Amino acid sequence: MLLSLAPSALPIGINGIEKRFGAVSILSDLSLDVAAGEFLTLLGPSGSGKTTLLMILAGFVRANAGSIKVGGEEIITMPPHRRNIGMVFQNYALFPHMNVFHNVAFPLKQRRASAADTRERVEKALDLVRLQGLGERRVDQLSGGQRQRVALARAIVFEPRIVLMDEPLSALDKGLREHMQIELRNLHRRLGMTTVYVTHDQREAITMSDRIAVMNAGRIEQIDQPEALYARPKTKFVAGFIGESNFIPVECRNGSVWYEDHKLRMNAPAPSAGRYLMVARPEKLRLLADTDQAGLNVLPATVGDVIYQGDSFICYATLRDGRQVTLRDYCRSDVLAKLPAPGEPITLGIDAQDVVLVADQ
Amino acid sequence: MSVGSASLGQAVRPDGVLNADVLRADARRQALGLLALLSPGLFLVFAVIVVPIGWLFWLSLFDETGQLSPANYARFFEQASYIKTFATTFKVAFVVTGACVLFGYPLAYMLSQLPRRAASICLIFVILPFWTSVLVRTYAWLVILQRKGLINNWLIDLGVIGQPLPLANNFAGVVIGMTHIMLPFLVLPLYASMKTIDQDCLRAGMNLGASPAATFRQIFFPLSLPGLASGVVIVFVLCLGFFVTPALMGGGKVIMWAMRMEQATSLYSNWGAGAALGVVLLAVTLALLGLFQRLLGARATGVWSRR
Repeated sequence: MLLSLAPSALPIGINGIEKRFGAVSILSDLSLDVAAGEFLTLLGPSGSGKTTLLMILAGFVRANAGSIKVGGEEIITMPPHRRNIGMVFQNYALFPHMNVFHNVAFPLKQRRASAADTRERVEKALDLVRLQGLGERRVDQLSGGQRQRVALARAIVFEPRIVLMDEPLSALDKGLREHMQIELRNLHRRLGMTTVYVTHDQREAITMSDRIAVMNAGRIEQIDQPEALYARPKTKFVAGFIGESNFIPVECRNGSVWYEDHKLRMNAPAPSAGRYLMVARPEKLRLLADTDQAGLNVLPATVGDVIYQGDSFICYATLRDGRQVTLRDYCRSDVLAKLPAPGEPITLGIDAQDVVLVADQ
Repeated sequence: MSVGSASLGQAVRPDGVLNADVLRADARRQALGLLALLSPGLFLVFAVIVVPIGWLFWLSLFDETGQLSPANYARFFEQASYIKTFATTFKVAFVVTGACVLFGYPLAYMLSQLPRRAASICLIFVILPFWTSVLVRTYAWLVILQRKGLINNWLIDLGVIGQPLPLANNFAGVVIGMTHIMLPFLVLPLYASMKTIDQDCLRAGMNLGASPAATFRQIFFPLSLPGLASGVVIVFVLCLGFFVTPALMGGGKVIMWAMRMEQATSLYSNWGAGAALGVVLLAVTLALLGLFQRLLGARATGVWSRR
């Protein structure tokens, strides 16, 4: 049997949150709605305010202004221990003087659960994170991945209304981290708890989230589903932070977009007149032979260097204006056969539907 | 240390196989080299610890006439005053340690929760008495606590009491003076261990539904126990051998172990008796430390072995 979390999942309404430390503004007028049962990730570089927002949600940091509603109930002045929000800390924050069982049983003990009920729920939670039978272990006898799971079990065992996670995987090595990403996502799907996840790792955010809120300097730059965020970034910051991007300066005049003297084909309507940057993802750029340029936007360039990486290769090329761009493609044999040499003139192509413009800040 | 390069040539036979006995000889040479490096330290330990304590023990075996005899040790069982001194010493040590915990724990807790700047300023006030002579501080307490001292005069002037309180030249005076002197020895290790408690653990406690008081009781306090234990051991052991404050503040009514030693050596010039007192105090202290280690070491391993 599962823990019965799904029915209690509640939406979060964050409205007009302000946070200043002295004269420094950390969060300014931040609003965000999280749907019941949603997995929402706050993604941003360090100092973007994502952890501060999480601390305000958990009640450890007091906001200067704003409102947080969980299922319609205002919690902004509620002390942390009454909020009924589970949290997974970056360094796990397991209690070193308790064994695994007592760590996981801690929230149940605070809620005066009976011994039998506690035992049953702890066992279920340990089962869920695949740590069955490790209840008697001391915390310092566990591996990093196991500690991570204990922290997770402890955060969900009391069926909280919301689960918060503060970079929970950042201390794990790469292989384990990727494995835990999938596991966390599956766990979320099974239990359906409203989850707010903080990370600076864009790949992790894309892998796990229903929606991602990209934060920069205390505000949300863009909030969208991972696919939309990657394919249609709205600002230069988002385009640069999520995935790799080449920024190619273009100009919009008379209702069409121009790269130097080439008129760009694009599916989206042209924006108002002015200077823009075209976001060209390395894998969306193609190496073109003279024959297959039909329907594509072409950019003449010179090869700088070609780096072979086994499954794929990277080609650094210089556009005519001297701007460096990066192209990536898989090493299919037909592509490998035609790899250009350094110094060779080439033509890069980008499909009309892949052309994305952002404001040039 | 790496394998000595000089012997590497011989270590490889013409057929290229490493020669085991050459390598073993090299390992032995290396071990001897390390021992040579260690020898100044070993000599120091021998000269300042082993020799004096051995000498102390040797002295304690002779009576006043210079005859080898167990008289110095027999005295502990024969004379009631020795047993009383022994009991007084432990009583003082217990009460002073208790008072230090009572005052020191809240103080260390406050220090550990203050912002860094405020904490370092307050720490100076904790450490400041360290830089003042024990003798000066003890006389200061005498001035404050005696029959016509500050406290009694004030209380009488305010009409709170009619007769002066017996605060000095008795057990209470010894405890007050010693608690003041011992407090930093408890506060400093306790403060250091409280500072290492992960703030996120306390946050986790509250996040999981424990009120601030429950978080303190169930998480902070147990995690501060190793620091408290080391502070308690230091204070208790220091109390057992303390001399100046009980001698001045006790008014001759509180006789502690160290005062007995002083009497034996400077009043009666009986070095054997004084040495025996020292040996017994050392043995009791070591036994106590061993007991503490066993009791706390086993119970709190989970906490002690925390990274």
